[in-house]
Amino acid sequence: MFRIRITKRQEPLGWSSCLVLAAALALSLALSGLLLSLRGTPALDGLSVLFRGAFGSRFAVEDCLIKAIPLFLCSLGVAVAFRLQIWNIGAEGQFALGAVGATWVALSFPGLPGFILLPAMISMAALAGGLWGMIPAILRQRLKTNEIIVTLMLNYIAILFLDYLVYGVWKDPTSFGFPMTPEFSPQAVVGKIGSTSINWGLAHCLVLGVLVWICIRYTRIGFELKAAGDSVRAARYAGIPYDRLVVMVMVVSGALAGWAGFIEASATINRLQPSIMVGYGYTAIVVAWLARLNPLSIAVASFLLAGLRVGVENLQLDLQVPAAFGGIIEGLILLTVLAGGLFTSYRVAVRRK
Amino acid sequence: MDSAIIIPLLAAAVQSGTPILYATLGEIFTEKSGVLNLGVEGCMIIGALTGFIVALATGSPVLAFVIAGFAGMTASAVHGVVCLWFKGNQVVSGLALTILGAGLANYLGTSYVGQIAPGFKPVPVPLLSQIPALGPIFFNHDPLVYLTYCIPPLMWLYLTRTRHGLSLRAAGEYPAAATAAGLNVAAYRWCGILVGGFFMGLGGAYLSLAYTHLWTNNLTGGRGWIAVALVIFAFWRPGRAVFGAYLFGGIMALQLRLQASGTQLPSSLLLMLPYALTVIVLVMSSWRQGANEAPAALGVNVEPID
Repeated sequence: MFRIRITKRQEPLGWSSCLVLAAALALSLALSGLLLSLRGTPALDGLSVLFRGAFGSRFAVEDCLIKAIPLFLCSLGVAVAFRLQIWNIGAEGQFALGAVGATWVALSFPGLPGFILLPAMISMAALAGGLWGMIPAILRQRLKTNEIIVTLMLNYIAILFLDYLVYGVWKDPTSFGFPMTPEFSPQAVVGKIGSTSINWGLAHCLVLGVLVWICIRYTRIGFELKAAGDSVRAARYAGIPYDRLVVMVMVVSGALAGWAGFIEASATINRLQPSIMVGYGYTAIVVAWLARLNPLSIAVASFLLAGLRVGVENLQLDLQVPAAFGGIIEGLILLTVLAGGLFTSYRVAVRRK
Repeated sequence: MDSAIIIPLLAAAVQSGTPILYATLGEIFTEKSGVLNLGVEGCMIIGALTGFIVALATGSPVLAFVIAGFAGMTASAVHGVVCLWFKGNQVVSGLALTILGAGLANYLGTSYVGQIAPGFKPVPVPLLSQIPALGPIFFNHDPLVYLTYCIPPLMWLYLTRTRHGLSLRAAGEYPAAATAAGLNVAAYRWCGILVGGFFMGLGGAYLSLAYTHLWTNNLTGGRGWIAVALVIFAFWRPGRAVFGAYLFGGIMALQLRLQASGTQLPSSLLLMLPYALTVIVLVMSSWRQGANEAPAALGVNVEPID
């Protein structure tokens, strides 16, 4: 008989952890392929349509980058909170409120020049998202209310609030009854980079990503985050202001998701409408965990998961695979990556008895 | 408001509270063993779809209901594999299960959207349904509602009066001590996960077999998350879960009635009610130090010992 022995690794696995990730991704894709064939789509054909749809042409790669922008920002925010073991699953709602905040500015002051209007929209989006993230943080700090459920419930509330606005007070009178706001004025739109279809939001990602990376890596706050994330009690003994850290982290997290909402409203659809909510806030959790909360890896992972979304859209068009297929792959990736964590933080040995 | 309005409303509260009650009881059972399963929503929706498909194929709602329970159990087993075998983070694993479950149900369920399956119909209890007020509120429902009247006392008995139940709680309160006392903590946690998942599957099946009789995408609509919140509201006690579930059933029934009555209030604001109430209920429970009642080792994986 065999016996499995698991011991904690003293030092985390280095480069081999990439192998574990690759194996997890391969397993998820294999299982998804199986599910494809269950509904009558040949697995290999399906997966190849998915890949070609995502990375097969310049247009497809540009589409991936466009979708990677909101994913990256949401995920960066989620990762900052997760580092402190604060389970912010409210990126979706913070994103929604960010889009609402930006839209409010764009609709209220359409005549302002772009160099004032865009920063105002960004500030409002970050403020709205940040405040929405602050509610669960304050509740947690004051009353120890469970932030997982509160952030999730606030998602539903934020999305319904967005619906309320676009179905009601903000509805474009000339939209033939469709729930959408009027189109933003040209000054309120983030432009495209050169002749590509990619918007300048990509540059925002670069700047914000580097800023967060520097904060995590080189500042006192970054150190406090890491210390408090490892052990709350030890952090308190060391005099780290844990409660203030929780609020700060949630505000930053919400502000980043709100920023993503601004980019989607301004650059991608040029107005606010319910279809802006496509679940980036939830995919961001998969991205953050896949990237093990590291900003640089988040950039890579958000590109991959954006590719998955583009690929699934292609599957839907070409082979009539339901859009929910994307959720299956995301769930599988998250589960397999989690399970793979065993091999990176523990040593697993099989011995003969 | 007179009794002609209030009694049907309360009866509707019991009915729409029932799926939440099944799920809440399941999550209480799981959490008592020390495992946090945030995949309630995923287990529920998989149970809902399985129940629907089986009822459609066999024409037997009872069989469909039982198999839906096992489907919920299978879904929760995924959480068990990731958390108990692979020591994965319980919060993230539960989230992943919810994403996967919703994906699977909407993917496999596309061809069933709009179809109608045979389900459970109201069966008034003889004599009891004749009691004024209480009769129509509690005893004029489908049999699945009556089933939930028996589960909380039984679960309470199990958790407080049986050796197995006490051991399961020991695994959730202090796994190291439980291990030292010779208990197999992993086995009790598996029991918590699987039995809990069974109830979550039943809750989902209630939605597709008794509440709607038809399949739509995202049928559960966040009820699984409400159940997670209700566990805290109930202080992990099966009896209190009943009140919580009916409270939410009431608010959902009220919201539907207001919408149907052609009120001036926009429907999106009405739809917010249950979610806003969840936040309020949670805040109130934390105000009363509810979280202190949580099993001490909730959400903490047992580290392997050398």
